[in-house]
Amino acid sequence: MNTTERIPALAGVGNLLEVRVLSRSFNGFQAVRDVSFDVPSGSITAMIGPNGAGKTTMFNLLTGLLRPDAGTVMFKGRDVTALPPHRRCRLGMGRSFQRTNIFPSLTVGQNVQAAFVAHRGRGWEFWRPSAGMYGTETDELLESVGLRDRANEKAQYLSHGDQKQLELGIALALDPEIMLLDEPTAGMSIAETQKAIALIGRLARERHLTLLFTEHDMDVVFSIADRIVVLHHGSVLAIGKPAEVKQDPEVRRVYLGTGHS
Amino acid sequence: MSWKIPWGAALFAIAFAVPFFGSPLYTYLATDVAIWALFAISLNLLVGYTGLVSFGHAAYFGIGAYTCGLLMKNGGVAFPWAFLAAGVVAALFAAVYGYFCVKLTKVYFAMLTLAFSWISWAVCFRWNEVTGGDQGLFGVPSPNLEWMKVLPLIGSRPPSEYFHFLTIVLVALGIWAARRIVESPFGLILTIVRDNPERAQSIGIDVRRHRLAVFIVAGALAGFAGALFGILNRGVYPDFMNWTKGAEVLIMALLGGIGTFYGPVMGAFLILWLNQEITAITEYWSLVLGIILAALILALPAGVLGSLIDIGRAVRQRRTGASAPPISRDSAR
Amino acid sequence: MTMIDLGVLFAQALSGLTNASFLFLMASGLSLIFGVMRVLNFAHGSLYMVGAYVAYQCVVWLGPGETSFWVAVAASATVVAVLGGAIERFLFRLLYTREELYQLLFTYALVLFFTDFVKVIWGVKQHSVSRPPSLAGHSVVFGTTLPDYNLFIILLGPAIALVLWLVLQRTRAGRLIRAAALDREMLETLGVNVNLLYLGTFVVGSFLAGLAGALITPVAAIVPGMDAEIIIALFIIVVIGGLGSFWGTFLGSVIYGLVFSFGILLMPRFSLFAVGALMVAVLILRPTGLLGGRALK
Repeated sequence: MNTTERIPALAGVGNLLEVRVLSRSFNGFQAVRDVSFDVPSGSITAMIGPNGAGKTTMFNLLTGLLRPDAGTVMFKGRDVTALPPHRRCRLGMGRSFQRTNIFPSLTVGQNVQAAFVAHRGRGWEFWRPSAGMYGTETDELLESVGLRDRANEKAQYLSHGDQKQLELGIALALDPEIMLLDEPTAGMSIAETQKAIALIGRLARERHLTLLFTEHDMDVVFSIADRIVVLHHGSVLAIGKPAEVKQDPEVRRVYLGTGHS
Repeated sequence: MSWKIPWGAALFAIAFAVPFFGSPLYTYLATDVAIWALFAISLNLLVGYTGLVSFGHAAYFGIGAYTCGLLMKNGGVAFPWAFLAAGVVAALFAAVYGYFCVKLTKVYFAMLTLAFSWISWAVCFRWNEVTGGDQGLFGVPSPNLEWMKVLPLIGSRPPSEYFHFLTIVLVALGIWAARRIVESPFGLILTIVRDNPERAQSIGIDVRRHRLAVFIVAGALAGFAGALFGILNRGVYPDFMNWTKGAEVLIMALLGGIGTFYGPVMGAFLILWLNQEITAITEYWSLVLGIILAALILALPAGVLGSLIDIGRAVRQRRTGASAPPISRDSAR
Repeated sequence: MTMIDLGVLFAQALSGLTNASFLFLMASGLSLIFGVMRVLNFAHGSLYMVGAYVAYQCVVWLGPGETSFWVAVAASATVVAVLGGAIERFLFRLLYTREELYQLLFTYALVLFFTDFVKVIWGVKQHSVSRPPSLAGHSVVFGTTLPDYNLFIILLGPAIALVLWLVLQRTRAGRLIRAAALDREMLETLGVNVNLLYLGTFVVGSFLAGLAGALITPVAAIVPGMDAEIIIALFIIVVIGGLGSFWGTFLGSVIYGLVFSFGILLMPRFSLFAVGALMVAVLILRPTGLLGGRALK
């Protein structure tokens, strides 16, 4: 599939993701409380907050790993609150993982090829050889995540940064409209972080992807996000453009003022 | 493999030709090895390719053997139909047992496969009226292979060899089918289910359904192997589905290398050959097998074939200095 | 007529409880090893068998009699404990970084080894050991006559259960064991010597198996194959009770002992099938067992 021909479903129109009064508690501890926000189509939104603010829980609620106690998640105008992760994936919600989550004994190329096979529903064809299937698509995708020359290497032998890129590749093979990234630069060096962020930003533009990511690294956040959602103790503290959020007195007091960066 | 030696075809030719070069004993042994090779390959679909360690695979071997044997002996059914029925019935049991097994993982999965194999054994052991109980089903008739007289090349051979030729062809078909499956998109999905089931689930794969599907296929192939074994053995006995049989075939797969396709074939050959040699010298085959298995696990986890392939690859890499040739779906480590 | 039936039932129940006691001794070791090391020790039946043979050998050397019996019991439990320790320390330890399959199959390799090993040393003929004179008599319990030895075993099982439970609850070692069952990595980072813990666990588990083997010699045949027939029973028990659960193992032993015993009485042909079906049912309906959960309680 030629990415440049792709017309995004809701280009610049409306919200791809809408979260309404989402709540979730664990054994009496309220991890997420009445959180509401929108993610406009085509935007790059960052979800930030100190440790314990509920970012991971929010993330798991959005991707379907957790069910909320109350509230809804609407994706492309459709209520997906009760849908399990793989169903959301089929609808176009892609995600990456904090711990690299690839298929170690397969080659880089096979990792991506498998994603195409899975996504295009051909996982039940048991007689024709799979060699060469989606060859062009795999090549293109590996090229765009910078792993084309490593296509025949076993994934487990890749460096951590390269594995993250492969991970991104797998997620992108599923043709998502929105990518949810959980701390995409966690554990990376400065150089790796810059490389990863440049890659993510470029991919978002090239494929007209909407991005929502959680992050600790403020430099990363302010370098590519055009919207920021600030969480604190499970509730939304502020939403808005980076410049606005930076100026918000509540945010300064609670988050940026504590020296967190 | 970059040299593109048609290993499968070569193996087939060699196995097929044994009666031309060897004694009836060797023919018998070759038939035996072929049957166990199919059995071991079927298990490796589960263990090596899907990451499902089943200790109870012998259940389907035994069920296939009993089905074919009972139909032929008590039902007077002709071999082709009895043989097909063996695979179908084994597949049915695999479907039922597998439905429950694939809901579990790791040690619980292993235990449930073991438990199902145990109760299958218990039923065959005690159900004297139908299965012959602990006496087993002896006197399974040989299939009518008269029609093979008209075949070129082998028609002129002594009729006692016909069953060997037939077995080799049937086993080859089974192994070829397994190969096609493994190289297909379905096979690719099996490997990602093995490597990372959660991720596979998250990219849209119904992991449980895939596991059940391969469980059924593996069960069917094991059933076919069992049917052939019952005829070779001229009898079907409860210990065909004993958990020790299940462990034996697992050892075969491991010895050859669960990370390769033909590993289990080599493992079957090695174990049966060693069994012949060792039992001629001593009665303590279990002791020897235990030591072999322990040494295998400690020193040679890739198995014999797996290690040979690794060495070959390392040698080639050093010689050419280039990066390794495309790695096939094997190398499940 | 009802009195006779009750008597028979009661006798059968006592027989079942005797078995349950033996089984508990072994199953608790198996469960302990699984709970801490996450390994299903196929070789547990082999350790039991070695215990029986060593006890027999000791009695042969020391001659029959009261003291020699108890010395034999103590000696064989110790020998098996040391054997288990050696196996863990020099062989098994090499496999902890490997996949579970290899660890499982290694324990099976031990099974294969020992099953012939006892034949090499002691031949294939059946052996036996007489009861110690102090327990050679009979007693009447609720109108049923019961061998004293069986009574001893029936009481020993729960007694050991109690001791084990106290150790688990009250001692530091016990706490470490329970913690290891919950989270091994955490223990390591806390500076606990996990290697020593594993070694100790395996030693204790082996000790219990050896003890059971030694104690069973007066009432069961010492014969090759006793390892195979016991390991399936042990698996069924730990599955029913819950792998790694202490009281689950106790409960499982009792259930198995009674079901098998009554099964033999009521439906002899199906007793084998019945316990197997019980295992299947538990795994299907409640895989973590009746008293479920991973921790040793």
